Amino acid sequence: MVRVDGSGSSNSLISARGLSKTYSRGGEQIQVLQALNLDVDAGEFIAFMGPSGSGKTTLLNLLGGLDVPSAGSITVAGDEITHMSRSRLTQWRARHVGFVFQMYNLIPVLTAFQNVELPLLLTSLSKAQRRQHVETALGVVGLSDRIHHYPRQLSGGQEQRVTIARAIVSDPTFLLCDEPTGDLDRKSADEIMELILRLVKEYKKTVLMVTHDPVVAARADVTLHLEKGVLVEADRLQTVSSGGAR
Amino acid sequence: MKFLGLIRANLFRKKIRFILTIGSFAVALFLFGVLAVVRVAFSGGVEIAGADRLVVINRTSIIQPLPLAYADKIRRIPGVKELTYANWFGGVYQDERNFFPQFAMDVDNWRKVFPEFDIPEEQWQNYVKDRQGAIAGAATAKRFGWKVGDRIPIKGTFLGGVWEFNLDGIYHGTRQADDETQFWFQWKRFEEQVPAQYKGNVGWYTVKVDHPDDSLRISRAIDAEFANSPFETHTDTEKAFAAGWVKQFGNIQFLIMAIGGVVFFTLLLVTGNTMAIAVRERTGELAVLKAVGYSDRFVLLFVLFESLLIAMIGGALGLGLAKIFTLGGDPTRGLLPFFFLPGKAILAGLGVTLAVGAASGVIPAIGAMRLRVVDALRRV
Repeated sequence: MVRVDGSGSSNSLISARGLSKTYSRGGEQIQVLQALNLDVDAGEFIAFMGPSGSGKTTLLNLLGGLDVPSAGSITVAGDEITHMSRSRLTQWRARHVGFVFQMYNLIPVLTAFQNVELPLLLTSLSKAQRRQHVETALGVVGLSDRIHHYPRQLSGGQEQRVTIARAIVSDPTFLLCDEPTGDLDRKSADEIMELILRLVKEYKKTVLMVTHDPVVAARADVTLHLEKGVLVEADRLQTVSSGGAR
Repeated sequence: MKFLGLIRANLFRKKIRFILTIGSFAVALFLFGVLAVVRVAFSGGVEIAGADRLVVINRTSIIQPLPLAYADKIRRIPGVKELTYANWFGGVYQDERNFFPQFAMDVDNWRKVFPEFDIPEEQWQNYVKDRQGAIAGAATAKRFGWKVGDRIPIKGTFLGGVWEFNLDGIYHGTRQADDETQFWFQWKRFEEQVPAQYKGNVGWYTVKVDHPDDSLRISRAIDAEFANSPFETHTDTEKAFAAGWVKQFGNIQFLIMAIGGVVFFTLLLVTGNTMAIAVRERTGELAVLKAVGYSDRFVLLFVLFESLLIAMIGGALGLGLAKIFTLGGDPTRGLLPFFFLPGKAILAGLGVTLAVGAASGVIPAIGAMRLRVVDALRRV
């Protein structure tokens, strides 16, 4: 169960305490996050909403180990990541985090297969094992018939599916999705959301997603609102088991 | 090995740029190779000159003769092991452009002083017995399609007339840089046919000494022996003699270094700029690589390796073309007997290629290494 009041249990998958982030811009200190607390349990699907500049992406970057907080701590699956060195944090990301970006960020000169294989090249898996993992991931996202296509040969929705396949191929602890449907039409956006929901329900993935779209956010278990760097509201939706809208 | 696909895909990302960058390296290294060939062509004689040989010429000029009678006096100087002599002939075979050096040489001692020239014994014995005989270097024989037994007519220049020679043998150098363009015939025949005022003279002596360390002392002794005579001598080591010859053409080494330096500096700017653009274009992709777990060091090496690979492909291509260029032999038809691309120059070329490749890639690579994922993704 997600909590924002710092009262989460030690069993939380992700736990942030007193998380602050301050940027210096033109001599002015801009506080993006202010002593934020967050606890997320495994298997939860959280949506972060808020106006531009509210700190949604900053929060995602901190939780994903892409950035370091100005104050506070983040613990993921028992690992305190805020004091890790850059190289250790890189290794940690490879093992624990799957990223899905709004602009897909696929490498255009690599095929879908090669893009998805990228995280696995860092592992000790054999070529055959890598192939099996990649084919499985692309199968999960429904692109088994597009494995040798280059990004330019795919639609936006398909590109985002490849990004999701790349994010899940190494079976990370959790997924961070930054506006995964922001660049898609409604139909493609719905398909991507269906896919993310499948990852949560069938594959028990923990997903943290930033979105501007209330329709998309409504598909998550919980929607948290960020305003002026503070999580001000937690809106828990009904689960499928209790007749909710997931 | 598993990253080869990623490297290959990036190399061919912009094919025209890839080809042009490779082309820049290839042209630069081709030029480097040709300059190295030119350097060897001018200084090859210096490098292979025997450390144990001295050249004795007329103090006034090499075109002035020395008396044959000096031979015995030089032989008596302590430390002199062997001595031979020759005259420049300067004839024309068919056409004045068909230049190759022709020497009237001393049959008796030539091979003792120049053991690096290899001639089949049977051919040599035939030559010794044949007053009209001649021996040609393998390069010259190949150039004109001569074979042993051919009759070679050479038109004399300062001596006039047509001199007919029987080609009794063909010599080969035992080292790569040995001059295989010379044409030898017997000094005795030369002596018989020259006008009276030329008789009893030689063009120069070549002296072999017992110990190279004694060269200076022996040189001084020879020159002292003939000081204040009508034919004063100037004696130097063969290496210094060859170097002096090269100096007549100016400071070739400096010229080559200057041209090479400018070319490689320009190449550095061009490739450095190309790599910087290539990295900047891929900022987002490098950020994604880092996001999914590729380390800063990997990204650094990845960019650097790409730069080195481009340099090596282009460099190898350029040096290969330079090598092919030299396979056809001396394009001046005999003026540059040492016309080849030495192995040392190829290694130096590859070394320079690696250095330029590394230098042009290192700044973009460091930039890529320092790239912060969040900053890079914000720019995309």
